[in-house]
Amino acid sequence: MMAEEKYTPQTWPADPEKQTLEGRNKFIGFWLFLGGETVLFASLFATYLALKNKGTHVTTNELFSLPLVFVMTMLLLTSSLTSVYAIYHMKNFHFKKMQFWFFITVLLGATFLALEIYEFYHYVHEFDFGFTSSAFSGAYYTLVGTHGAHVLFGLGWITALIIRNAKRGLSLYNAPKYYVASLYWHFIDVVWVFIFTVVYLLGKVG
Amino acid sequence: MKKWILFIFIFFSALITTGCGKPFLSTLQPAGEVAEKQYNLFLLSFSVMAIVILVVVTIYVIVLVRFRRKKGDENKIPKQVAGSHKLEVIWTAIPILIIIGLSIPTVYLTFYFGDVKGMERVDEQGDPKHLVVNVRANLYWWEFEYPDLGIITSQDLVVPTGERIYFNLKASDVKHSFWVPSIGGKMDTNTDNLNTFYLEFDPEKSDEAGNIFYGKCAELCGPSHAYMDFKVKAISRDEFDRWVLAMQKNEEPELASELAVKGKQLFEENDQFSCISCHATTARDDRPEATRLGPNLADFGNRTRVAGYLEFTKENIKNWIQHPEEYKPGNLMYEKADFTDEELEALAEYLMSLKVQE
Amino acid sequence: MSSIAEKRSVGAVLWEYLTTVDHKKIAHLYLFGGGFFFLLGGIEALLIRIQLLKPQFGFMSEETFNEMFTMHGTTMIFLAAMPLLFALMNAVVPLQIGARDVAFPFLNSLGFWLFFFGGVFLNLAWIFGDAPDAGWTSYASLSLFSEGHGIDYYTLGLQISGFGTLISGINFLVTIINMRAPGMTFMRMPMLTWTTFIASSLILFAFPPLTASIFFLMFDRLFTTNFFDVTAGGNTIIWEHFFWIFGHPEVYILILPSFGIFSEIISTFSRKRLFGYSSMVFATILIGFLGFMVWAHHMFTTGLGNVANAIFAVATMAIAVPTGIKIFNWLLTMWGGSIKITVPMLYALGFIPSFVIGGVTGVMQGIAPLDYQLHDTYFIVAHFHYVIVGGVVFALLAGAHFYWPKMFGTMLSERLGYITFVLFFIGFHLTFFIQHFLGLWGMPRRVATFLSGQGLDMGNFISSIGAFMMGIAIVIMLVNIVITTVKNQKVGNDPWEDGRTMEWALESPPVYYNFKQTPFVRGIDTYWIEKMEGNKGLTPAEPLDDIHMPNNTIMPVIISLGLFIAAFGMMYNPMNQVGDGKPWAIPVLIIGLCITFGTMLIRSIKDDHGYHIPKEELMNDKHKGGIAS
Repeated sequence: MMAEEKYTPQTWPADPEKQTLEGRNKFIGFWLFLGGETVLFASLFATYLALKNKGTHVTTNELFSLPLVFVMTMLLLTSSLTSVYAIYHMKNFHFKKMQFWFFITVLLGATFLALEIYEFYHYVHEFDFGFTSSAFSGAYYTLVGTHGAHVLFGLGWITALIIRNAKRGLSLYNAPKYYVASLYWHFIDVVWVFIFTVVYLLGKVG
Repeated sequence: MKKWILFIFIFFSALITTGCGKPFLSTLQPAGEVAEKQYNLFLLSFSVMAIVILVVVTIYVIVLVRFRRKKGDENKIPKQVAGSHKLEVIWTAIPILIIIGLSIPTVYLTFYFGDVKGMERVDEQGDPKHLVVNVRANLYWWEFEYPDLGIITSQDLVVPTGERIYFNLKASDVKHSFWVPSIGGKMDTNTDNLNTFYLEFDPEKSDEAGNIFYGKCAELCGPSHAYMDFKVKAISRDEFDRWVLAMQKNEEPELASELAVKGKQLFEENDQFSCISCHATTARDDRPEATRLGPNLADFGNRTRVAGYLEFTKENIKNWIQHPEEYKPGNLMYEKADFTDEELEALAEYLMSLKVQE
Repeated sequence: MSSIAEKRSVGAVLWEYLTTVDHKKIAHLYLFGGGFFFLLGGIEALLIRIQLLKPQFGFMSEETFNEMFTMHGTTMIFLAAMPLLFALMNAVVPLQIGARDVAFPFLNSLGFWLFFFGGVFLNLAWIFGDAPDAGWTSYASLSLFSEGHGIDYYTLGLQISGFGTLISGINFLVTIINMRAPGMTFMRMPMLTWTTFIASSLILFAFPPLTASIFFLMFDRLFTTNFFDVTAGGNTIIWEHFFWIFGHPEVYILILPSFGIFSEIISTFSRKRLFGYSSMVFATILIGFLGFMVWAHHMFTTGLGNVANAIFAVATMAIAVPTGIKIFNWLLTMWGGSIKITVPMLYALGFIPSFVIGGVTGVMQGIAPLDYQLHDTYFIVAHFHYVIVGGVVFALLAGAHFYWPKMFGTMLSERLGYITFVLFFIGFHLTFFIQHFLGLWGMPRRVATFLSGQGLDMGNFISSIGAFMMGIAIVIMLVNIVITTVKNQKVGNDPWEDGRTMEWALESPPVYYNFKQTPFVRGIDTYWIEKMEGNKGLTPAEPLDDIHMPNNTIMPVIISLGLFIAAFGMMYNPMNQVGDGKPWAIPVLIIGLCITFGTMLIRSIKDDHGYHIPKEELMNDKHKGGIAS
């Protein structure tokens, strides 16, 4: 069976994630899943825009502070880059390096999440801006919070992959798993870029 | 499959024999400009669609008659036809043409019915040219406010015939929908925003229908959705003006009987409920609408129905006051009261004497 | 893991079904689950019609009536029609494309169990007192106003079963993209496979908006947020938009596979290939695409403005064009054919005129200014029952008769089938034709009763009589199923004799690995081509080799059960609107989520490579697996 064969960097295929039927299925299935996720986030964005600054005592302008969000954005963008490194090393059969870069990705993601939790905490305590304060706050927390939940899930997922495969190296069985996890991570990153633009930047300008 | 055609036929004959709707309710007997135009649109689209059905059924019947597998043909393999470019173009193009044809009146009438600029129009003196009615839908009653005339009524909408009347529609609790079928299509009353549209009542058709039209709530709004009816009294402009003047006097009529006076006292003050805190008894009610929690009763004595749908009798009034939950489950008045027979009698007497004109 | 049919204990059979990942067994599960909910929804429908038998009947209270039609609609759409279609899709689509299973057998099972537990959760509302009562559309102002936990059963139940549907949709998409046999190009796929493909993509894009809006409603009711609370800046129209952005494609999710089933049946029993195959494919795609562009026609009276109403009106009418193409293609498929009247074919023949009536009334309602009169009346009730019953339910009944031999190896009695059809067909038209007129005469929909003296008595009476005929028809069909199962007369590969697509080359029911060798596809109607060339089976595309199969697993049941448990915790959380929070709620919520996510973690940590059926065993297997040799 192909998935169990031993590989060297020379015999390792260029696209390990698409070598087995399971891998190809995962690859397409995951892209489709991300299509559905896109519609989900589009719905949340639409709701946010419809309810922006509605029924609230603090507006976006007073609420958001760009420096913090900018740092968060940079962290997440960088983590996306490090996951690209990881996949690059996966394709070259450098298991240790791949694991390392995924580890860095998790660290950056965790820092992002910590900052986001701090941000929410700050809004609740400084501005009395809780989930149930107004239609606006509900829409804001649902959009950004859903993204945060995705980050959390991604962190758990990649961590599980790193730990599970630490001892046994790379194979055609787990390569697709790493690959779709990194796809997911990129997706989270792209969503954040939109959140940064639509929620924070437009919130400051508007 | 001829059975099928036969059944449709039986249906149609059954329809004719059972009488097709009532003139005060049916959209097929329009009594105003809006409903009339919608009815014509119905006839137009119905005819086009009938032709479509006819074409399909014709081909269908021919196919079934000619191409059934016959005895002796059990092993015949028909020619495997892939398709026909020409035919497919035809049955794509013709429907497109039909749709384009139907789109023209559709778009035209959408804008025609949606044109509510008349609401703002004023005459030389700066008075509004058209009657405007603010409709406020509540669980399960209707308030009709005439903002330019300064009066409010409930449940029975009174309008002059032969002119456009503009409506502002909204709901104060959940979404409802305002519909007078024989006068024109419905419009939702939203909790979020004000909707506007107009209707017109045809004088002759109104006379034929007995000057009372049935209105319905057309959006599910809770247990008593089915009972959230209202009535429209469509009367001549002169009669309407007289009614408005009477309403504008803003005073209760002289109470003729001892009983009615007692009823008034009970209405204003009793051990169980404070009727007056929700229900006004005169047509000018300057309180903000959020505090107008019950229907305005100024012209209650002239109402066509009790609670919007029960026959207007003293007995029904008494029953309604005592057991509203039985007649309109989920209503926001109260579940039931505990008035004595005399108290009920007095309250009913008082309410029935609340008439702005005879 | 042998396929030898030996007598097994009830417990073993039950365990097999709980753990199965075989698409054929999952099809059975969908059929039983969906069938159960179909009967439930049908009983609800009959109770509705009893209440409306005569004016102010008082058979049930107004509150109960509202719960009844809410549950009827919700059950029929989410828990009956869709799962029953999934049953047929699961049973047939992998066979039609020459695959041994779907792309993700595990997810296939998970999709079913999520649907099942979601449906059970929703229906527990009946047992625990408050059923949802705001209509299947659950418009936000009313659903927030609704007392008790009814709406919470709706949001949580649909959320769970919605995940299942989404998963199944993705699964079918990947299966059809990746698992087709050699030579099975997209333009050689049978129509049922094509329509499944398009319907699955609609699921993928239509369900997320529903998920989002149900979350909003759930948060509003269970955590006192303000998405739909106008006084706190919320907006109820958002719900209407999202619901219909989902709701309209949902109609096509149901009707497209039904079209697919009828395409198969009509061409089979006309002994002719489908007329205008490529335009059928094109029309399917176009309907799917336009299906997303017309949602606001459900909201013409909401007050969106003239421009929006005009645009959506024209877009709506445009859908008539591809639908018309399909109708004429079916007629021309029969033209020149050799039409054999069987029960499935009877449903197909009943479907065409019924659906045309439903279609043209749809166009009439697409005319926005006319819709102001028709909207929310019995006219719309008649319209959507003409398309859903006349289209989808007819297709389900036709498909059940047509594919019964392929699913269970036995033929349903044709004689009882005819009786079922005649009663159902007449009952259906009796019930719903008159409702067009009830609507035109001024009867709003969803009214718990009507008053006499408004000219509505006779029409409602006729309608109720028809409903009972449909009820009797379904009972006869159940009798038919029981008799057939008891008799248990096995049939051959191609019991209808004119099978065209690959599933008819396989045993009835197919052996658990479907195809012994992956078949080679040389054109549309693969099996027909082979038959015409005198071959007894399919041409293999590969030499006989080991077959890789997935392992059975109980995990999908546990994952779904976790969400089911968590839903109770969610509903009784201390912040809920009803105000009956329970101290055990939060722990239960956490336990439920831990079960779900814990099982998912175990699933991803524990390698599951499946197993292989060795070549030698296959060579000795008496099953042919579709191959001629």
